[in-house]
Amino acid sequence: MSGVALPLSFFVPLLTALVVFVIGVRRAYGVILLGALTTLAVALYVAYAVAVGGPQVHYLGGWEPPLGVELYADGLSALMLAMTALVGAGVTLYAGPYLRGKGHDGERFWPLWLVQWATLNGTFLSADLFNLYVMLELLTLTAAPLAAMAGDRPSLAAAMRYLLLALLGSMAYLLGVALLYGGTGTLHLREAGELAGAEPYTAVAAALMTAGLFAKAAVFPLHIWLMPAHSNAPAPASAALSALVAKAGLYLVLRLWLWTFPALLSAPMGWLIGGLGAVAVVYGSVQALRQPRLKQVIAYSTIAQLGYLLLLLPLVALPAAAVSAWHGVVLHALAHGFAKAGAFLAAGNMIYCLGHDRLEGLRGVTPYLSVTLLALGLAFVSLMGLPPSGGFLAKWLLLEGALAAGQWFWGGVVLLGGLIAAAYSFRVLALAHAEVPHGYAEIRSPRRLPPAMEWAPLALVLLAYGMLLGGVPILELLDQGAPEGVR
Amino acid sequence: MSLDAVHELLPLWALLASVITAVVIFALRDHRQRQRTFWNLFGASVKLVLVLLMLHGVMLGHSYEVVYPVLPGVTLLLTVDALALLFAFLSAVLWLVTTVYAVAYLEHSGQRARFFGFFSLCVAATFGIALAGNLFTFFLFYELLTLATWPLVVHRGHPAALAAGRTYLAYTLGGGVALLTGVVAVQAALGDVAFSAGGIPAFSDWAEAEPFQATAVLALMLAGVGVKAALVPLHRWLPVAMVAPAPVSALLHAVAVVKAGAFGVVRILQDVAGPEVAQTLGVAPVLVALAAVTILYGSVRALAQTDLKRRLAFSTVSQVSYITLGVALGGPLALLGGLVHLVHQGLMKITLFFCAGYYAETRGIHRIDELDGIGPRMPWISAAFTVGALGMIGLPPVAGFISKWYLGLGALEQGQTWLLGVLVLSTLLNAAYFLPVLRRIWMLPEPAGRPEVPPERASRWLLYPALFTAAAALLAGLLAAWDVSPLGWAQRIVEQEYPAP
Repeated sequence: MSGVALPLSFFVPLLTALVVFVIGVRRAYGVILLGALTTLAVALYVAYAVAVGGPQVHYLGGWEPPLGVELYADGLSALMLAMTALVGAGVTLYAGPYLRGKGHDGERFWPLWLVQWATLNGTFLSADLFNLYVMLELLTLTAAPLAAMAGDRPSLAAAMRYLLLALLGSMAYLLGVALLYGGTGTLHLREAGELAGAEPYTAVAAALMTAGLFAKAAVFPLHIWLMPAHSNAPAPASAALSALVAKAGLYLVLRLWLWTFPALLSAPMGWLIGGLGAVAVVYGSVQALRQPRLKQVIAYSTIAQLGYLLLLLPLVALPAAAVSAWHGVVLHALAHGFAKAGAFLAAGNMIYCLGHDRLEGLRGVTPYLSVTLLALGLAFVSLMGLPPSGGFLAKWLLLEGALAAGQWFWGGVVLLGGLIAAAYSFRVLALAHAEVPHGYAEIRSPRRLPPAMEWAPLALVLLAYGMLLGGVPILELLDQGAPEGVR
Repeated sequence: MSLDAVHELLPLWALLASVITAVVIFALRDHRQRQRTFWNLFGASVKLVLVLLMLHGVMLGHSYEVVYPVLPGVTLLLTVDALALLFAFLSAVLWLVTTVYAVAYLEHSGQRARFFGFFSLCVAATFGIALAGNLFTFFLFYELLTLATWPLVVHRGHPAALAAGRTYLAYTLGGGVALLTGVVAVQAALGDVAFSAGGIPAFSDWAEAEPFQATAVLALMLAGVGVKAALVPLHRWLPVAMVAPAPVSALLHAVAVVKAGAFGVVRILQDVAGPEVAQTLGVAPVLVALAAVTILYGSVRALAQTDLKRRLAFSTVSQVSYITLGVALGGPLALLGGLVHLVHQGLMKITLFFCAGYYAETRGIHRIDELDGIGPRMPWISAAFTVGALGMIGLPPVAGFISKWYLGLGALEQGQTWLLGVLVLSTLLNAAYFLPVLRRIWMLPEPAGRPEVPPERASRWLLYPALFTAAAALLAGLLAAWDVSPLGWAQRIVEQEYPAP
């Protein structure tokens, strides 16, 4: 059974997309929900199978590499798969009423989103550098139209900018893969790692692939596309793009450096990449502090939060720090996924009710957006890494790793990032507590939220808090198939 | 689950009592006032009963422990020892009292679901701080307290409240960063270590091997808790936070926030570093000096305040440092004085804030010069105020006297005679800023033209809590020799911290 689960987690959303595309959204809403729930069940089953039986391998069609396609799930893949499935289920439940309420029929949204979900799962399960290229390309090709869905000038421009940068990134990545293939004769992720030493050509290949992925994951200084693209997309699409798609790029960066290029990970290289992450943390947070609209704040926060993931590279080479830092970074990726998706969906509720997401509009909305504001507040608490959230556990582990190895600089980055995150979060939350100014006429009609929209953000955010109870099993799962140094 | 297992998990149930109350209240709509009041009081009473059960258990020699592994090598640990119960019992009693007061106080304001939800969460966090058995758990609830009190501080939503909220966060989150750094550094160096009376043995070994690091870590942690304990120069948030509604001020000052800080000082000095290590590393003497400065500084600033609540706020800055002083001095008698003041200051200060809120609600009195002649007109509330004020000065038989007595003895025991001067000076200053208020209340004639408001307009439920806490402060002093008085209980703690050789 576990053998079938890996391909199923790729093909179920893909098939659902196909069915929806053929019979039309109007009649297929039940199919969408069924597909989403099946994918969720399959992903959770994969996580269970990996936790019990160790890494799972499946050869598509029974063809072994190098001829066939290998699907491979270790602890990291399983966790990313499960997080994607939970966020994806939330986004799916939310998107139905949201799109109906905004007057879209979802004709374009659903096939794109479902293919994107399949592609995300494919990215996490691929063990082959070329397959990964295909998946990355598909991710871009589904993400760009989602970002452009509003169809107005800002979102079209943003999507175009994203598309161009991401394609440039793909080309760099592909070039790197070609180099590596030329040198090692294999495209297999782990085999290439065994064959590729610290030679000049592997260094060039690693640099090209990393730079390409940085463009796709909006790592500073290639971040410029993210804010407009994520803040102008429809809320459910923003949630998926910020929580999942951008993270898939960084997932691959970490995968490559830990599995394929560990030999290249010298101290200066770690400092270079970690330094970019640190700049992203500070820069993204400071920008978030200055934005006038809620979705812009959340989008800039994504740039900052993704930066934390890169802090792993300077720490992972130090034995005292490696395990804690690795655990912390993965927990961060999970907690950020839940919190960020919840935050964007909450922002969507604000747009749904008020027709805009300017921060000033938060004044006095508490009475009829209370559940939404609770979700938003809890999401922000996790983003700034305060207890009792999953973000806090991640911050704790990262800090523990940094301090255990005497790396006070990286510890300082983590703490500083948390403080600025608190500043931008409480700027938003304070407005939600602020009284309505005098002479302010009630012009907006308090449009009632459908229950799915009201509760989906809260449910997603609460998953980040559930991590406080599930930390130990999650990290045990992560250790399945992890490289020697980080177990 | 067998009854025994249920009994073992008592700390968890008591914690959940407040958390569940908070969740239920958040879920209730704003106008469901009766249901909310019911849940509020029900939650507070259940919690008090559970704490009393644990108190009973601890007196019989039982110890409770709830462990949950959160991460590999990191555990959430709730333990019930005598010190934990001192703070837990104080917060459980005062929560119930403050809830009664707050229900009456906020009867006609908006956003009550939000207010009372966070109010309960705040007490849950305080309870967690009291029962925390290791630094991780302590930090978790310490930060949760910051998060839960912020909505209470900004509750009114006007610009002054929002500005106060910003200051509050800047200080407390900054302190949180310092605390987190210290706590994680301990974790990185020593692993998951539980609090232990008289100091963690591994910590003292570490302090010997790496005195510089241990000093830095200790200083960071103390700076972190020093913010909430309002040690000069980290005290500025406290007077600013006065814009919050009166029950919040009462809670902030007497039970939750400043006490969490002071309690943190106790835990870190006594149960992490241990008094001897803190002394050798030079952290304790610095803390003594800071506490002495804070005691005098707070009193001097209080003298200059014309607003009643602000005068009380600066008085808190001064009074909470008695606790820090007692712990930092590092002897059994001084510790006894500090611990017993943790309870006494809570009882007296909450009384004073209840009274200040009562004056403000019924007569619109905010400034001290408006209090002229209010005593004969409102004898009960003014009597409560008088008890609180006299206790703060340290006049027997009110509880404050006991605290100062043992602090003085402790200073002598440690050979720090100059501190007696500080205590005397502080007492004189206390008298200088409280006695004129009492004179205005009781001696001065009522100004002509004060609007006639029948006292019945204010709910009697604003009065009873103040009377109750005033009586408690008086009884804590009168019955100090009793086994389960705050003093008796503090003695039990001191015996554990300094076991007789």
